[in-house]
Amino acid sequence: MSEPIRIKPPLSDQDVERLKIGDRVLINGIIYTGRDAAHRRLFDLLKEGKNLPFDLKGQIIYYVGPTPAKPGQVFGSAGPTTSYRMDAYSPSLIERGLKGMIGKGMRSDAVKEAMKKYRAVYFAATGGAGALLAKRVKKAEIVAYEDLGPEAIRRLEVQDLPVIVVNDVRGNDLYIEGEKKYRKE
Amino acid sequence: MREISVQLVTEKVRDLCMKANTDLGEDVLQAIDRAIEKEESPLGLEILKELKENARIAREENVPICQDTGFAVVFVELGQDVHLVGGNLNEAIYEGVRQGYRDGYLRKSICHPFTRANTGDNTPAIIHAETVPGDKVKITVAPKGGGSENMSRVTMLTPSDGIEGIKRFVVQRVKESGSNPCPPTIVGVGIGGTLEQAGFLAKKSLLRVLGTKNPDPVLDQLESEILTEINRLGIGPQGLGGRTTSLAVHILMMPCHIASLPLAVNIQCHAQRHKEITI
Repeated sequence: MSEPIRIKPPLSDQDVERLKIGDRVLINGIIYTGRDAAHRRLFDLLKEGKNLPFDLKGQIIYYVGPTPAKPGQVFGSAGPTTSYRMDAYSPSLIERGLKGMIGKGMRSDAVKEAMKKYRAVYFAATGGAGALLAKRVKKAEIVAYEDLGPEAIRRLEVQDLPVIVVNDVRGNDLYIEGEKKYRKE
Repeated sequence: MREISVQLVTEKVRDLCMKANTDLGEDVLQAIDRAIEKEESPLGLEILKELKENARIAREENVPICQDTGFAVVFVELGQDVHLVGGNLNEAIYEGVRQGYRDGYLRKSICHPFTRANTGDNTPAIIHAETVPGDKVKITVAPKGGGSENMSRVTMLTPSDGIEGIKRFVVQRVKESGSNPCPPTIVGVGIGGTLEQAGFLAKKSLLRVLGTKNPDPVLDQLESEILTEINRLGIGPQGLGGRTTSLAVHILMMPCHIASLPLAVNIQCHAQRHKEITI
C-alpha cells in the first residue's frame, strides 16, 4: 500500500484532482464540522441568498457530532456520521466552493455529479473510531449554531486526520469498486 | 421477599452507561482478531487494526469508543421475590441514564421526532423488563447507535417463504445497508412471535457473547450459513471492500401464529457495547 498523501485546506481544483479512490490521506490544518440540522440551516441561508457563517471556498466539512469534551480534553470522541442524510444539501454547498466532505456511507448520484462538475472529493473516516480520531484534533471552537449542541458548526484544527478517498473528481466510487473486487458469486 | 432500593438501581445504571460506552468487550476484540487473520483487503486490514487501536485508547483514557453513545437500551430481569422500594423503577433507570450520560461526558442523542429538539439528558431510555424466578435483579445496559439502527427492518413473511425466505431477506438487508451501519457488523435476527416481539428478539440476540454457539443446533447451522453468504458480498470493513462484512449472525426464535412468519433484522455496528450487573 502506498504512503498516505498529506493535504491542507483551502484546497484548489488541482489539489483535489490528484486524489483518486483508495488513496489514504492525512488532513492537516482547518476543517469545519456540520451534520443534519446545521446543513439544513446552511441550505436555507443559501436559498434566501444570505451569507454563510463561514467561507466555503476550498474547505472541507466533517459530518460529525462529537461527545462533550472531558475536562482537559480538546475534543470529545469524534467519528463520522452516515452521510446520505446530507445528500439533499451537499450539491448546493459544492457548487459554492466546498472541496471536501468527510463522512461514511455512499452518496447519491446528485452529489457524485456535483463532485465531478465542480471538482470536489468525498472522504471516509473510520466509523466508530471516535476515540482515535479525537486525538487528531488540536483545537476546536464553535463558529455557529451553538444551540444545536453536538450539531453546532465548529472550526477544528487537525493534525494528520486519517481518511480514505471514496469518490474522486472522475466519478469513481470506492464503495462500488471495493465491493465488486471482493464479491464472490 | 428481598428488598432492593431503586436508588441502588440508579447508581448501577449510571455506572453501566459509562462503562459500556468506554470499555469494548473482550469478545468483540477477539472477533476482530479472528477477522484480521482472514481479511484479504489491505485497506480492510488497516481499518480492523484501527478499530482495535481505537478500543485501546477508549479503555485507557476512559473516553467513548464512538461519538454516537446511543439510545440507552436497558434490559431488566426482575426476580419475582424482589420488592423494589424507595421509588418508581422506570424513573430510577431514567435517573441512572441521566447521571451516566452527564458524568461520563456521553453525547445526548435523543430528540423530539418532529421538532428535533434534544431532550438534553438522553432520556427516555428504552426499558425491556421481564420477571424471572428468584430474588435478584439483573440489569444490562446496551447503548444502541443510530446509524446501524436505521439499517434494521421488521417484515412479516408468509409461512411459505420458510427458511430460504428468511436467509434471502437477512442477506439482502445487509447488502442494501452497504457501508452505512459501520461494518463489520453483528446481525441480530428475531424470528417468530408478533411484530414487536420479533424486533425484541433480534435486539436481545445481540447480547450473546460473540464466538459462542447458538444452543439450538438448527439455528446454529442457519447462523453460520447466513454469515458465510454475507461475507461473500464483498462489502468489507467500512464498506470499502473485503472479506469481513459481519463478525457474527445471532438468532433468537419463538413460535408464531399459524398465519405468520415474523422476521426482524437488527443491525449492530462493530462497537457492540453492553455491560451487565446482577444485584
